[in-house]
Amino acid sequence: MKTTYREAMRNALRDALQSDERVFLMGEDVGRYGGCYAVSKGLLQEFGEARIRDTPLSESAFVGAGIGAALGGMRPIVEVMTVNFSLLCLDQIVNTAATLRHMSGGQFNVPVVLRMTTGAGRQLAAQHSHSLECWYAHVPGLRVIAPATLEDMRGMLALALEDPDPVILFEHNALYNMEGELDESLPVTELRRAAVRRGGEDISLITYGGNLPKTLQAAEQLAQEGISAEVVDLRSLRPLDEKTILASVRKTRRAVMVDEGWRSGSLAAEIGMRIAEQAFYDLDAPLSRVCTAEVPIPYARHLEQAALPQAETIAATAREAMARNV
Amino acid sequence: MTDKPSQIGRKQGLRWLRDMTRIRRMEEQCAELYGQEKIRGFLHLYIGEEAVAAGCIPELDKDDAVVATYREHGHALMRGIAMDAILAEMYGKREGCSGGRGGSMHLFDAATRFYGGNAIVSGGLPLAVGLALADKMQQRPGVTACFFGEGAVAEGEFHESLNLAALWQLPVLFVCENNLYAMGTALARSESVTDIHQKAAAYGIFSAAVDGMDVMSVNTAMRDAVRRVREQRVPAFLEMRTYRFRAHSMFDPELYRSKEEVEQWKQLCPIATLSARLQAQQLLDRPGLEAIEKDVAEEIRAATTFAEAGHWEPQEDLMKDVYTGRE
Ligand SMILES: Cc1ncc(C[n+]2csc(CCOP(=O)(O)OP(=O)(O)O)c2C)c(N)n1
Repeated sequence: MKTTYREAMRNALRDALQSDERVFLMGEDVGRYGGCYAVSKGLLQEFGEARIRDTPLSESAFVGAGIGAALGGMRPIVEVMTVNFSLLCLDQIVNTAATLRHMSGGQFNVPVVLRMTTGAGRQLAAQHSHSLECWYAHVPGLRVIAPATLEDMRGMLALALEDPDPVILFEHNALYNMEGELDESLPVTELRRAAVRRGGEDISLITYGGNLPKTLQAAEQLAQEGISAEVVDLRSLRPLDEKTILASVRKTRRAVMVDEGWRSGSLAAEIGMRIAEQAFYDLDAPLSRVCTAEVPIPYARHLEQAALPQAETIAATAREAMARNV
Repeated sequence: MTDKPSQIGRKQGLRWLRDMTRIRRMEEQCAELYGQEKIRGFLHLYIGEEAVAAGCIPELDKDDAVVATYREHGHALMRGIAMDAILAEMYGKREGCSGGRGGSMHLFDAATRFYGGNAIVSGGLPLAVGLALADKMQQRPGVTACFFGEGAVAEGEFHESLNLAALWQLPVLFVCENNLYAMGTALARSESVTDIHQKAAAYGIFSAAVDGMDVMSVNTAMRDAVRRVREQRVPAFLEMRTYRFRAHSMFDPELYRSKEEVEQWKQLCPIATLSARLQAQQLLDRPGLEAIEKDVAEEIRAATTFAEAGHWEPQEDLMKDVYTGRE
């Protein structure tokens, strides 16, 4: 079936709302406006305002209300427009949702799903373009996932709703308009594991979310030069699927991490360290990474593009890794 | 609401007309340039609300501070930032008032103490409180004026900021531009009490509701409020009842309000009504009006040429301005 990422998520939401009475969607402008990325367009008409709830601009209050509703037996899906704005409700997510189970001695769990967009590329300047998912991946008690393909966009929400703990689902805004053929036959249970999107022998390119298309493009470029790159899509940022990552690196013996977060304290740093910890003697070259430049994302297009990981930089970094030997 | 003042002086009236016309025509040009993809990103137009910026900002002194939101083109222009630098910023050029790093939502200017340009709803309120605190602690006479939409009233930071300003008796003037919609959410759909100026009163802050479509009412209220803040060193609050004629941003299909409602508000257009009053008072005639439009058109033409001729910042400078004094 031909579809877009936006429609895939809308269909996932529709399915969730249809299959479980306890599920409802709330957030800023999800109803009458149709969602600021038009993801929830039409759902208000279909499900009514009790289940598609517009909230005031009170990130802290409505995310907190989602946590309370989950405690009370509901299955809320809370949309925070972008990860940039989620900083206004960090307290509710980090101090409450992630800790309640532990602090109550296992008596309470919080089955809330938080959806937020992330990423740059649309010239929205610094305050609308950041990629902060690794901050959430830092927090025990949370599960963090990032769909990068149509199938994952379609399937991950249901998986998140099944999870008894709080789940944050990151949608890269540059993916929404992408179109493709959706394979509906894939098993959803696999979505927790990292996926090998392209097999290869010489080097592992490890990425997730909005950078998967660029990384695949780089792999294609490398293939034409005779370098066989394997592309690993993390899918889950917390927990990380070490098994798949390490299996790939042990096979290829070289790795480049591609991450739209800033380099310092990035997920790329975390993954690199895990490889160093567990597969150091399997490596034929130093580890390297392609991250966003350490600058608030600029507005001007050429600077924005210069700040972000690009297929060319990914390919160049891989070439360098191929040229080095330990 | 405050009563509508009756007579307008010639000089003042023509100044307001010119100022509001400058804001409106500049933004019409922005919409045009957006269509040509010269301006990108988000673009929030102020069209319909011009009386607020034009009636308020000229009442501030040079040393006062201004904090605004992403719908700040009019405020920036009234504060004295050159139209050249505003347009260049929207192009993303080095000559822009934020060096091309901010774009439409993040206009800044140290020379006129214009602190943005903030794209986080209600994000500017704590900043304004801090600026006022700095004035107070250094015993400076300044006033900080903070402009924000009624959507911000729902944020915790609104309440936190009002409380602190009242508690610490800070010289900050909150100006809420109540245009009835926060993106697609009507005020009545997000607030249990829609009479916004009462909320400030609840914090013990002087507050008033003002006809924000009438520049003279806006100006009178602003003058009183600024005097109160400046002399008594206390916060004050003005709720400007206004309306935006255009969509929230360039991406908004406006599914949440009727065309009739918009048309009704357009009857109250602050520029048309002022122009009619000035003409009725014989302070303005056709040629006078045409002269204003001609001047403004010339200013816009020059500013567009300036922006077009501006430069892209060299890519080598990408990492600039992350830290002070270290690049
Ligand atoms: C903290 C935060 N939440 C959500 C948004 C997205 N957003 C941008 S403008 C806007 C509407 C704000 O309305 P209002 O404060 O009334 O100002 P207006 O646009 O009407 O001038 C929203 C929800 C944001 N920028 N910041």
